[in-house]
Amino acid sequence: MQYSDIVMEHFKSPKNVGRIENPDGIGEVGNPVCGDMMTITIKVKDERIEDIKFETFGCGAAIAVSSMVTEMAKGKTLEEALKITNKTVAEQLGGLPKNKLHCSNLGADALHKAIMDYYAKKEGKGKEPKKFEKEEFIGKREEKCHCPYCDTELTEPARYCKSCGRPIPIK
Amino acid sequence: MELIYFDHISGTPLHPIVKEAMIKYIEENGFGNPSSQHRLGDAAIETLNHARENVARLINAKPEEIVFTSGGTESINHAIKGVAFARAKKGKHIITSNIEHQSVSRTLRVLMRMGYQITTIPVDNYGVIDPLDVKKAIRDDTILITIMHANNEIGTIEPVEEIGKIARERNIVFHTDAVASCGSISIDVNELNVDLLSLSANQFYGPPGVGALYIREKTTIFPLIDGGTQENNQRAGTQNMIGIAGMAKAASLAKAEMHERTEHLLKLKRYFLDKLGTLDDIIVNGHPEKSLPGLVSFSVEYVEGESMMIMLDEKGICVSTRSACASGSLRASHVLIAIGRDYATAQGTLLFSFGIFNTIEQIDKAFVVLEETIKFLRNISPLYKKK
Repeated sequence: MQYSDIVMEHFKSPKNVGRIENPDGIGEVGNPVCGDMMTITIKVKDERIEDIKFETFGCGAAIAVSSMVTEMAKGKTLEEALKITNKTVAEQLGGLPKNKLHCSNLGADALHKAIMDYYAKKEGKGKEPKKFEKEEFIGKREEKCHCPYCDTELTEPARYCKSCGRPIPIK
Repeated sequence: MELIYFDHISGTPLHPIVKEAMIKYIEENGFGNPSSQHRLGDAAIETLNHARENVARLINAKPEEIVFTSGGTESINHAIKGVAFARAKKGKHIITSNIEHQSVSRTLRVLMRMGYQITTIPVDNYGVIDPLDVKKAIRDDTILITIMHANNEIGTIEPVEEIGKIARERNIVFHTDAVASCGSISIDVNELNVDLLSLSANQFYGPPGVGALYIREKTTIFPLIDGGTQENNQRAGTQNMIGIAGMAKAASLAKAEMHERTEHLLKLKRYFLDKLGTLDDIIVNGHPEKSLPGLVSFSVEYVEGESMMIMLDEKGICVSTRSACASGSLRASHVLIAIGRDYATAQGTLLFSFGIFNTIEQIDKAFVVLEETIKFLRNISPLYKKK
């Protein structure tokens, strides 16, 4: 396995594991079909991320990314946290193997979604918080997925793989 | 840290006796070309003939029916393309299953692009093919049936004898990929009714990079690699003599110890399955009885396979996973999908394949780590809590 030492460290002893009770924001991305799924919950105080926790179903890289992104966001203002990108997470981890880069996309996506959820709840004031449609994130993930038959990276949402022509099994 | 190797399906360790035989060959001959007409050639020929007899004996074939290759993948390519090309005038229809190894399915995909037609027979939930389905799929232009002997991911053993009988009645060439099974269960090409059978030395404690294709006498087949007249005109190129010397020793050991090996592997498998039964939300894949003795495929609900595999590796336990997360998050195993596992469950699959040098104590040690790993990862998983 060509994971960096930092990735292995975060994978073996992940930080901020769990789910905050009555969170101010929830971000859920990915789906088990693709092989990884992540939920981030945040507690916000004075527009600052006071507490953050994650739960992840996924490979070693996905778990390390989750741990790293929560570490990076903890204590930051929402503005600052929104500036964390998938790229900076991967960099902080000392890089990821090329075929694992898509895993790093989950981390910042989940964080941003949790912050958006917080804003939506705040504006809504007692209204139902915005629910993210399942389709929305399957579509988003699809562009990072690989063809299950020939491994070609799927750069755009499609029902068939461009390279080998086989149907993509996304429900 | 003690290394515990439970990944024999990816390749078995070199048997010490095999290693000795290879070193002896290097020291005593080493570079002689069996096609040379001088004394070094004669010495190589002697080793080659002896090796051919040993490998033939392992599968109850005649020595002249054995062609040495560079391994399982080449044997399979040779069998499929060789028959497809040689019988193209008779027809272009080939029958296979939906759980074959990539070396079969991808070879067939190439043939499909060249105008061949492929019928793929689905398996049941245990991964077993119904021979009647094969019979129904036969057409007047069917030239080849290729069905694996035992599946390399779930261990299920297919009813090859019956399929072979059906093929013979209709004068269709029948190939079986026995790479996963050869060496851990006894194989007799005459009982199996096969015309072609692929095998690889490093599935039975021989070196990697050498294998064989069994070609029944009078089978219509072209070579895959053209050139000289080596291997009875079926495989051009100077033979990998050091590898073949190793394979010969590995084959004779496998033949002599077959019964003890099968029994030992079965003992380990039963012991491991009993322990696995104490864990929650585990699905064991494959047929409960008609299965390879040393192989256990199981899906752990709510966690992903690669993360388990790496955690085990950190503790010195080598296993494999077919979720193939490493090649892209979408790629769940086609075999697990074929037997009806959903994608999430398929992603959480581990493959333990035991070998003749493994012990009960190793299983005990590995199981403690496995249990901890599952607990740790389920604690992180959002799917587990949602239950």
